[in-house]
Formats: sequence, structure tokens, C-alpha cells
Amino acid sequence: MDIDFILEISSLYLEAGKFTLKLAFIGIILSLLIGIFCSLVNYYKVKFLKKIVNWYIELSRNTPLLIQLFFLYYGLPKVGIKLGAFTCAVIGLAFLGGSYMAEAFRGGLEAVSKAQIEAGLSLGLTKAQVTRYIIFPQALAVSIPSIGANAIFIIKETSIVSAISLKDLMFVTKDIIGIYYKTNEALLMLVVAYLIILLPLSLLLTYVERRLRYAGFGN
Amino acid sequence: MQDLGIRVLIEGNNLYRLMGGLLVTVKIALISVIISIIFGIPFGIVMTSKNKLLRLVCRAYLEAVRIIPVMVWLFIFYFGVPKLTGIHLAGDVVSVIVFSIWGTAEKGDLVRGAVTSLPKHQKESGKAIGLTNVQIYRYIIIPQSVRRLLPATINLVTRMIKTTSLVVLIGVVEVLKVGQQVIESFVLQSPSASFWVYGFIFFLYFIICYPISLFVRKLELRWKE
Repeated sequence: MDIDFILEISSLYLEAGKFTLKLAFIGIILSLLIGIFCSLVNYYKVKFLKKIVNWYIELSRNTPLLIQLFFLYYGLPKVGIKLGAFTCAVIGLAFLGGSYMAEAFRGGLEAVSKAQIEAGLSLGLTKAQVTRYIIFPQALAVSIPSIGANAIFIIKETSIVSAISLKDLMFVTKDIIGIYYKTNEALLMLVVAYLIILLPLSLLLTYVERRLRYAGFGN
Repeated sequence: MQDLGIRVLIEGNNLYRLMGGLLVTVKIALISVIISIIFGIPFGIVMTSKNKLLRLVCRAYLEAVRIIPVMVWLFIFYFGVPKLTGIHLAGDVVSVIVFSIWGTAEKGDLVRGAVTSLPKHQKESGKAIGLTNVQIYRYIIIPQSVRRLLPATINLVTRMIKTTSLVVLIGVVEVLKVGQQVIESFVLQSPSASFWVYGFIFFLYFIICYPISLFVRKLELRWKE
């Protein structure tokens, strides 16, 4: 193990780690928005949209991200839709994550009891207000553990964007192995980098999960 | 020359080659699933044991496998292990090893969940009527767990098939690689080949995984009570 070399390449990993985080962050936010939208469409059984949403969920859950990225990045330009690699990665992550987030929210929405909604309506709140002030906050609290798990899942999924030549942690590692043949150092840094990102999140999630059990309504 | 468009898929033996490529992925996935089930069941049962040290070791294994992306594990076994040990393994062997390690952890956790979710009195009743530990597992725990486990295990198969698409990144010639070869050899006749080929592969994965997911949902609904 070459310590000097590790110090030398650590700045590369810092850069790549930042990139991975940035990509994952945008992916998670977009996935959340798509997920909330899809789960609400399903919850309120919006007629036409429901069908589209369900097809989207099936399509996204039954295909691998790598294939989605290849199609977006190499396939679509041939029919005139040219997207940058970063845009492709963001679209891919949001497309994949959206359906997982929708599933997480579905669980939360189903956990809100009918009595809550009826109480809100009888107070004279509109349907939108009931959604905004009664259903949504409670559903969110219930689905936080699965949202957290999905967020970690999305961060892990970013590890394949090097396939469309984005300079993330995997890309840097492959580069260093290729150029310097310092395999052990590069792989060690790769694992350390992912641990630095994922371990705190995973621990935080465990902690939140434990805390949320006390926050349950009515029991 | 005119653009072949979608016809690139049926030109020559392209379709046959693509299917052959898909078979490589599916084969890796199925072998890994079988190994995962064989090792995952005892692993899961061990995780429910009362021995704290044993549980800690299992937990560490599970968390280590889970927290590091599969892609990183593939890199470690493909690039790191040969450097450390001098043993060179082919990409597909590495894939089977990594996916088995990953699958064993996932399957083990499923088994653990199924076993611990059984009410305690089941085991105690078994003991009360004088069954041995082996008999308790053979006649009480396992038959009841299987019902809870089967849907999740089939789900693991689709997850495995989806995740094994990564093996192309460590040089295994599977459907995506074959697709690239087809695109390259038809780049002159059919400039839009990559749209059709990648679209087709996308569709292939969907028609494999979708029926399995549907089946799992049916099973879950039927066994809900």
C-alpha cells in the first residue's frame, strides 16, 4: 500500500465524490417529486393519468438502469433527441427512483385512516386542504423510512453512470487502475469514499426509524 | 445505402445473437440465485440464533454487502482479487461469485424476517410436545416460512436479472455487448441501429421481468390471509 500515492489521488476522489453526491441529490429530489405525483394520482384514482402512471411504474421497475441509460444516451440521439450525459443520468435516476418513491408514498397514504379525512372534510376543509394539511404530513411521516432506504438505493445506483462516461467515483477508480496500475490503492479509496457517503446515511436512517415509532398517531 | 431501421434486428443472425447474449445474463442470474438460496437459508436461520457473537458476524456481513454498491464489489473481485492473490478469474465467474455473495445476504435477511415473524408460541408448542430442534424446523418453522418467503424469493430473481446487467462493465459478453457489436457492424447500413437495438434490449428485459413481477403480486394477494 502506497500512502503517498493515496494522498495524491485523494483530491481526485473528493472531486468525484462531490459529483456522485450532486448527481444523486438531483436524482433523489426528482424521484421524490415524481413519486409524490404518481402516488397521489393512484390515491385519488385520477382516470386517464392513472393508467399512464401504472405503466410508467411497471416499465421502470422491470428494467435495469444501465439499459435505460444506454437507450437514453446512445439510442435516442439517432432519432434526433440529443441529451448530454449528465442529463441522461439525471433522467435515468429520476425515471428509476420515481417508481420506488411512489411505492414508498403509497404505503404512507394507505396508512392515513379514513376518519382523519372525514374529520377534515366535516370541518369544512376543501379536498386540496385535506391533502395538504392532513393526509400529506401523516403519509410523509409513515413513509420516511422507505424514502430513506430509496435515497440510499439511488446513491448506490449512481455507481453505473461511468458507463456513459460521467466522471464519478467508479470512473476515477477505473482511470487510476488503467493509468498507474495501483489497483489496491484505487479500490481502497473507492470503498472508503462510498462508506463516507453511505455509512452516516445508513446510521441516520436506523436512528430515524427508531424515533418514528414513537411518532405514530393514536397508539 | 438505405437505412435499415428496425430491420437491423432481424438482419442476418442478429436476433439469434442478441438472444444468446440475453441467455448469458439470465444464466448468471439463475446460477447466482440458486447458490444464494442454498447458502441464504442456513445463513438466515443462523441470524436468528441466540448467540450474540454469531449474530454480530452475520449482521456485519449483511451490512457490508448492502452498503457497498454491487458495482464496487464487482470491481473489487475483478480488479482487486487478482492483484492480491494472483488468481485470475474470468468475468462471468467473478459475476457469479459476487452475485452469490450479494444474493446470500439478501436471501438470508428474507429468511430471518420470515422466521422471526412467526409467533413465538409456534416454536414453544413444538418444544412442549417433545419435538427436537430439527423436527421443529422441519415440520413447523420451514413449512410456514416458505409461504411468506416464496414471493420475496421470486422477487429476488427479478432483482438479480436486473442487477446482472452490470456484468457488461467487467467485460462479460452479454446482451448489451452483443448489441454494441451488432450496432458497430451495421453502422454503415443502419445509422439508427443503436436506437432500435438498445430499445429492443430495454423491451427484452421488460418482457422477462414483468410477468415474474405480476406472478409475485398474484401470489402475495392470494396468500395474504
